[in-house]
Amino acid sequence: MGVVELRGLRKEFGEVKAVNGVDLSIQKGELVVILGPSGCGKTTLMRMVAGLELPTDGEVLIGDRNVTALPPRARDIAMVFQSYALYPHMTVFDNIAFPLKARKAPKEEMAQKVEWAAGILGIQRLLARKPRQLSGGERQRVALARALVKEPAVMLLDEPLSNLDAKLRVSARDELQQFQRNLGITTIFVTHDQIEAMGLGDRIAVMNAGKVRQVGDPQEIYDDPADTFVATFLGSPPMNLLERNGHLLGFRPESFLPLEVARGDREKVTFPFHLGRVENLGSDRLLYGTVEGAERNRTISKLPSTVEVSVEAGETYDFAVCRADLRYFDKESGLRKEPPPREGG
Amino acid sequence: MQAIMPRLKRAGHYLIVAAFCFFTAAPFLIMIVNTFKQDADLYRPQNNPFIYNVPPTLDNLRLLFEGTNYLGFVRNSLFVGVLVVLITLVVAVPAAYALARLAGSWGERAGIAIFLVYLVPPTLLFIPLFRVVTAFGLNDSVWSLVLVYPTISIPFSTWLLMGFFKSIPRDLEEAAMVDGFSRLMAFFKVVMPLSLSGVIAVTVFTFTLTLHEFVYAMTFISSSDSRPLSVGVPIELVRGDVFYWQSLLAAAVIVAIPVGIVYNMFLDRLVAGFTMGAVKG
Repeated sequence: MGVVELRGLRKEFGEVKAVNGVDLSIQKGELVVILGPSGCGKTTLMRMVAGLELPTDGEVLIGDRNVTALPPRARDIAMVFQSYALYPHMTVFDNIAFPLKARKAPKEEMAQKVEWAAGILGIQRLLARKPRQLSGGERQRVALARALVKEPAVMLLDEPLSNLDAKLRVSARDELQQFQRNLGITTIFVTHDQIEAMGLGDRIAVMNAGKVRQVGDPQEIYDDPADTFVATFLGSPPMNLLERNGHLLGFRPESFLPLEVARGDREKVTFPFHLGRVENLGSDRLLYGTVEGAERNRTISKLPSTVEVSVEAGETYDFAVCRADLRYFDKESGLRKEPPPREGG
Repeated sequence: MQAIMPRLKRAGHYLIVAAFCFFTAAPFLIMIVNTFKQDADLYRPQNNPFIYNVPPTLDNLRLLFEGTNYLGFVRNSLFVGVLVVLITLVVAVPAAYALARLAGSWGERAGIAIFLVYLVPPTLLFIPLFRVVTAFGLNDSVWSLVLVYPTISIPFSTWLLMGFFKSIPRDLEEAAMVDGFSRLMAFFKVVMPLSLSGVIAVTVFTFTLTLHEFVYAMTFISSSDSRPLSVGVPIELVRGDVFYWQSLLAAAVIVAIPVGIVYNMFLDRLVAGFTMGAVKG
């Protein structure tokens, strides 16, 4: 039994099924990332956990308690909003102390806890300022401190890094993870950014069209996607999908290498690859082309810069994938299926 | 030569500002000067209107305070003003919040519909409203104005406050709710402090309205004891075709100065209030 249990959770807005039957169990101290494209229902799902949205159907359990009908204040949760939602008319101190005021905590305890939370996030010197005097990164820390000071059973983070610039985002991600690990707070993190999800999550729940498509640790989701959506949503560039001999074949661009490079003893499948265009990204080369003799055959190969094979656009080369790296999907449903008994290379 | 140009420019600025100040302050100046003028001074066109050509007198103030029920009018106007402001806030704040937040897409349309009510002029409404006042047995009582003025102030105030509440991100209230407050407390702790400009704008608008409204006060109230300023002063200081100008001006300026001082204290917030409502509403 997890700290958070979602059972058959559904939410409809009129005709639109924003969340369509989600079951998820989150263990104590775990950081679960809910990953999906815009409009997939991930924020609605989090808002139902927070109590800001009432589910049409299903149950939310937090710490063995059914909280489905309870308001946010009775749920023992804290939330960091995408906008941080700092109260503009209060100082940083008052912002962080706000949840304690709601609880009518004594003054000394309040000061002590605010100091503690501010200390963890390194914002003691900002306590007297107003939110408008803070940078984006500082605001994010204040929002986290405000969540932390409640010592909640679950912390909900709604794309907290998306308002930071690219450079700050990397360091904030690192800090966030250390902070979560050190304190061991059960955390649900919503994002559309697969890199954040892969880097942060103990487990990832990939959502699309209101449903959870797959739950697993980052490597598992990347290596063994449950369907073509997960396969193409994760990875940059995404997994190649080829239709050949009535099968839908998937393989990662980095597994699709020129035959002479793809050494090793593992059994390989070769494809004639007609190279259309080369993109040099510095650390990698991306080769865009088509596999001859296949339908739906646009294919990308990702060669690390350490592979020094010279290739020319317009030529056809033999490229290979290890058989173990091939994934098979059902043509109609897009779901994973077992490899056929023997597929010709 | 180069140093002179900026100075000239600055002098020009000050000249314009000074002229504008004189223009806006002139009515007050004329009112104050004339309050103390004798008839012999006031009615001679050859006299300079800004100085005393004949020694000033306190007779006009004596007439105002002793010959009319002026203090009674002030009391009535304050009574009506304060009550109507309270009623307006108690009704318009929750109404505007509900329309801005909870009613979904038709909240906006309902807000506009409510605002349209404000555009119906009192000259059309005073006869039907007179029957309403009579039905409540409030003829010739200040309570009739307490009942009727909110029909003008509430629609406008609701519409104005809607703009304020809409401009406050929902996230803030939701954050307060997650932080441990009920929706009502979140409203008082977060939404209200951030909408203070709007509340002040509504207060000023409503109070001013009750001070200057004439048609309803004239229609519903006939005894001197119950009259507010806007009706009492002209009725008692215009006798037949005799205008007691000095006392009339004194009556106006005595009320205008304290109100002006209070408005000035909130001027910045008031301007923010009206402009914000205008854009977001």
